[in-house]
Amino acid sequence: MRILPSGTRALLLEFDSLEEVLRHYAALRDSDLSVLDVVPAGRTILVIGDRDTDLNSLAGQLRTIEPGEHRGPVGAPVEVPVRYDGADLAETADLLGCSAQELVRRHLEEQWTVAFCGFAPGFGYLAGSTFDWDTPRRESPRTRVPAGSLALAGEFTGVYPRESPGGWQLIGHALVDVFDLDREPAALLAPGTAVRFVESS
Amino acid sequence: MTTLTVAQAGALSTIQDFGRPGQAALGIGRSGACDRGAHRLANALVGNHPMLATIEVTLGGLALQTDEDVVVATTGARCPGTPHLAPFHLPAGETLRLGLPPAGLRTYLAVRGGVDVEPVLGSRASDILSGLGPRPLQAGDVLPVGTTPRPEPGVDVAPVPEPTGERLLVHVTPGPRRDWFDDAAWGQLTSQVYEVDSQSNRIGVRLSGEPLPRLREGELVSEGMVRGAIQLPPSGLPVLFLADHPVTGGYPVIAYVDDLDVDRCAQLRPGQEVRFTTTAVR
Repeated sequence: MRILPSGTRALLLEFDSLEEVLRHYAALRDSDLSVLDVVPAGRTILVIGDRDTDLNSLAGQLRTIEPGEHRGPVGAPVEVPVRYDGADLAETADLLGCSAQELVRRHLEEQWTVAFCGFAPGFGYLAGSTFDWDTPRRESPRTRVPAGSLALAGEFTGVYPRESPGGWQLIGHALVDVFDLDREPAALLAPGTAVRFVESS
Repeated sequence: MTTLTVAQAGALSTIQDFGRPGQAALGIGRSGACDRGAHRLANALVGNHPMLATIEVTLGGLALQTDEDVVVATTGARCPGTPHLAPFHLPAGETLRLGLPPAGLRTYLAVRGGVDVEPVLGSRASDILSGLGPRPLQAGDVLPVGTTPRPEPGVDVAPVPEPTGERLLVHVTPGPRRDWFDDAAWGQLTSQVYEVDSQSNRIGVRLSGEPLPRLREGELVSEGMVRGAIQLPPSGLPVLFLADHPVTGGYPVIAYVDDLDVDRCAQLRPGQEVRFTTTAVR
């Protein structure tokens, strides 16, 4: 773990792999650090203090926190009902060197964990642990991806919380809102959450 | 219930508070007032708790009326046409008009009791990047005013420095990706005079000047940032992030402006000059 500077209020922790990020994030979540926010990402975790935080002593505390034993999804997986009817399903299967049915099977069987969020409120980047996911992005991003689109890119799958531009491969759509301000909590897919996709007919 | 009715919204007037801290892990940015100090002061002048919402007015142009007598105060960029940095009574039916400030960009209008619109995820702030919170004000909007049990402060005027149109000198420290740039590029960042671009907004201040060369090609895996981050996209022209910055970004952050100095940067106007320095300012 490397600690990089990020101004007068925050420290950026850098790791060699997403796996390490997940383990450290689980440990940070369980710790009693007094900070404003902890923001995991692909290779980093940003720890944001407030006006009273002394960054030197925070760095000292962070160095003493041991990573968790495992990536630590909490509780029973959240089940997300989906239909595999995305515009890029066949092409994505080709890119991954399998049939569309095989892609769907793997996606349903995979034990996904929300690694981090970003891009838009409630947009979770879900990492698998069983299959090797490495999906090239679309060569030219769409200007409009419909809300609820189930998509793949790189090592991740995700569901677009709302209509937006996007370069991910669309393989289907979710039948539940992943971000709903009228629900508590609004974001269904918080970091650390275990997720299973369930095919809905 | 007391209300304010917007007669003219100006170029961009939004409701702001201290935003939604603590939810960045869900992809929810903090947002809130761009000039937090001015927002806090506006609330203090009318006896509000600092967490109550004010109106952030960009380059003046806001006009509004009240249906009952209220106490209001403005801070930040000084707009002609109203008292500034001092609480005053706005009588029912009278129109408050904020003119174009000669210097500075953002004016904060506090009303005693706060602008009491419905909070979204714990905050009344408009986030123009994510769309969370109330949309920017429009003519005809009717805003509820809350109440406060706190006493009216006995302050006549708050003697604080005001934004000027002069070149702004801002202290920076190396950011997490300083090593994506060589010493010459760092020297260029911390010596050249940049000009604030007209594309600047609540997300960030875009700067024009001599582009900085990068040592490395390729993309960074997106990583978290806070306000004050100076990011360098492939254009080599820095973007200094303000309140509505994205939660994570994929371009290298070469430097950070000290958190408290971000308030002053939030008052930079298009065309104004700014220079970054590693030497302590003040």
